[in-house]
Amino acid sequence: MLVAENISKKFSGVTALDNVCMELHAGKVNAIIGENGAGKSTLMKILSGVYTEYDGQIIYDGEIIRFKNTKDAQAKGIAIIHQELNLVPHLSVTENIFLGSELTTPLGLLDKKRMREQTQKLLERLKLNVDPDAQIASLKVGQQQVVEIAKALLHSAGVIIMDEPTSAIGDREVKVLFDIINNLKAEGKVIVYISHKLDELFAIADRYIVLRDGRFIGSGEMKEINHDRLIQKMVGREIAVNLKNRLSEQVEVLLSVDHLSLCKDKDKTLLKDISFKLHKGEVLGIFGLMGAGRTELLETIFGLHSKQVSGSITINNKNCHFLSPADAIREGFALVPEDRKKDGLVLGLDVKQNICITTLDQMQNMGVLDNGKETSLAQKYIDRLRIKTSSSKQLAKNLSGGNQQKIVLAKWLATNPCVLMLDEPTRGIDIHAKTEIYKLIAQLAGEGMGIIVVSSEMPEILAVADRILVMCEGCITAELSIDEATEDKILMEAIPKNN
Amino acid sequence: MDAAINTQNYRQYLARFQSLIALFVLCVLISFLSDKFLTVTNAWNVMRQISVNICISVGMTLVVLTAGIDLSVGSILALCGAVTAGLLRNGIELQSSNLYIGFTVLGACVAGIIVGSALGWFNGWAITRFKVPPFVATLAMLTIARGLTMLWTKGFPITGLDHKFAFLGTGWFLGIPLPVWISGIVVISAIIITKKTRLGRYIYAIGGNENAARLSGININYIKIAVYTIAGALAAVGGLIITSRLDAAQPNAGTGYELDSIAAVVIGGTSLSGGRGSILGTVLGAVIIGVLNNGLVLLNVSPFWQQVVKGLVILAAVIIDKANSKNE
Repeated sequence: MLVAENISKKFSGVTALDNVCMELHAGKVNAIIGENGAGKSTLMKILSGVYTEYDGQIIYDGEIIRFKNTKDAQAKGIAIIHQELNLVPHLSVTENIFLGSELTTPLGLLDKKRMREQTQKLLERLKLNVDPDAQIASLKVGQQQVVEIAKALLHSAGVIIMDEPTSAIGDREVKVLFDIINNLKAEGKVIVYISHKLDELFAIADRYIVLRDGRFIGSGEMKEINHDRLIQKMVGREIAVNLKNRLSEQVEVLLSVDHLSLCKDKDKTLLKDISFKLHKGEVLGIFGLMGAGRTELLETIFGLHSKQVSGSITINNKNCHFLSPADAIREGFALVPEDRKKDGLVLGLDVKQNICITTLDQMQNMGVLDNGKETSLAQKYIDRLRIKTSSSKQLAKNLSGGNQQKIVLAKWLATNPCVLMLDEPTRGIDIHAKTEIYKLIAQLAGEGMGIIVVSSEMPEILAVADRILVMCEGCITAELSIDEATEDKILMEAIPKNN
Repeated sequence: MDAAINTQNYRQYLARFQSLIALFVLCVLISFLSDKFLTVTNAWNVMRQISVNICISVGMTLVVLTAGIDLSVGSILALCGAVTAGLLRNGIELQSSNLYIGFTVLGACVAGIIVGSALGWFNGWAITRFKVPPFVATLAMLTIARGLTMLWTKGFPITGLDHKFAFLGTGWFLGIPLPVWISGIVVISAIIITKKTRLGRYIYAIGGNENAARLSGININYIKIAVYTIAGALAAVGGLIITSRLDAAQPNAGTGYELDSIAAVVIGGTSLSGGRGSILGTVLGAVIIGVLNNGLVLLNVSPFWQQVVKGLVILAAVIIDKANSKNE
């Protein structure tokens, strides 16, 4: 059993954790639940030795422990699987799994054979069918996630912390993961599971621990609580979701994509003959499994792969050929990318600078940036999107995931786009921020914006979209109106057919 | 919440203060050991000496902020100095068409700066068009520009320049040496660019996250080319100052200057991985190096030891900077 007593942690004066006490039971899956900024990640980073300065104490199997660093935590049997993958792309699966704990021969040379064998065993245990010598970069994201789990298992850890382990993997892999978790549970390990997907938690977790604003709110058995009560504990109030309250009549065609194809190399076609229309005030959902070409489709429309593209894009009856995102932005396109840290934000710049980056040409006075204009624009969106930040001068990296996502949204809304493309708009953010973003989507569509939402979460697509396109292996396989769309129908079209 | 920001700012000020304190301690120490140090003449002397490094380092800072590096500044400096000196003395003579073009001081200077800008532009072009890593592209330019300098000068110094030209490096204006004026103007312009213009914001954005910058519609290539062009132009300005001060263009002028300027940038707290740093920090870095050089010379320390000390100072500065940013 792992016990945390009166843990407090501050970052430059801001309290992230305030006297948190909790017990994590062995042989159970302990779910840590809370909104963005509730302190989950901070707590996990303390438990895994990332943060070594904090108040309070951690007791593991009756012994007070304080880790010197992550390696120390690892040695004492605490493994963490981070939300962001921590793998080296150009090393092999084996090399990644053994990174930092390589096996050596008596001569001090790398014992590649033994490492390869152990990797093979781990991969078999996790039912991952890849070559141990394969480069990480050649694996799909879902497979990389499983490699990350294998890495944690290598150290035969007593405590395994999983931070959003399913955020990037498909349903089949989730099932495999749950089997693995159940096996580990049976071995008496402490499993700590963090996820925003409540359905998932009800399926796998035994106990829940709720954090809110850095404080411990409550804990108990998962079977003794229901979905709504849990949400209530998380947000501290009840939330009602009412999304579809806008006009369903859309006539005016805003965007028309015709016979769009994208070939990376001669033989590798990423998009095949894609055609669709987007109407004014419409939310078009695009669903597809990993590798279906959803992200590539948005990127192509946004002018990112200009050299390998054929087909045409027409917006407001004007035929466009974009050579770069700058061209697309000029015609009123906006793209909120899938990975906000990698593609969406400059983490080292502050909130204001990030929001204003798309509209700096309007922020100047005789060639010099006008601080007043910038601040008022930033403040406008901080208020409108309710971005939780100490000020517009706070660095983007100090904000929680949901608030970072709102900054990315803000910087695009500032350009007054007519087509807003959202790639996994709620990935890795909590249910409260999710609801806010859904409401915003509905509101923007109500104002006449055309919105494309790409998502791998079926409930999300069904909740926000008016019409759904299903993609599979670079093609559009189905177009469904929201009335005829069901999870079964969508999935049937999304799964590749072998023939 | 506001208190949090204040402590953060306070820390930043303190971090900047640390370099100032270090500089102050350095000055006090040297003035105790040498009575020549704390004199007006020596102060102007030091400032005149560092003005070249400041010009180069300002350009270097812009480049480093985009997560790049420019190793070619020393060679570009030499070539531009030589071009200006050559044009001043000989003009352009085309025997085939019996044409002679003479150059005024201003014309020759402008020509030198154009050459520097062109080579800088070439750096940026190679880096953005062919995706050559900045280290490699500018390393190539280091050799190319040095070779061109040798070709232009045939390996001999160009001397006997117009005495009006000497004013640039040795003259005074309103009681302040002209090189100090020039570097001051360069510094102030660069501060305005980095803090107050779109170009500056984009430089930080590109260094901080190039992907996000590209997806925000920023023309990355354009900004990078601009930055390398500025670096080339400022190296040329440095070349003019040196040539004027020595009243001669030395073919091997500026050797190793790229390292001094990278040192100033790094001591000034600019991150080599881009996106973080400031012009003012670089100026402070350049001053620290300048004072150190001057002090060691005044104290008759062997030049070999000077290099060792300089290296240690760079190392210490970066270690302190790392410790500071960890606290944030």
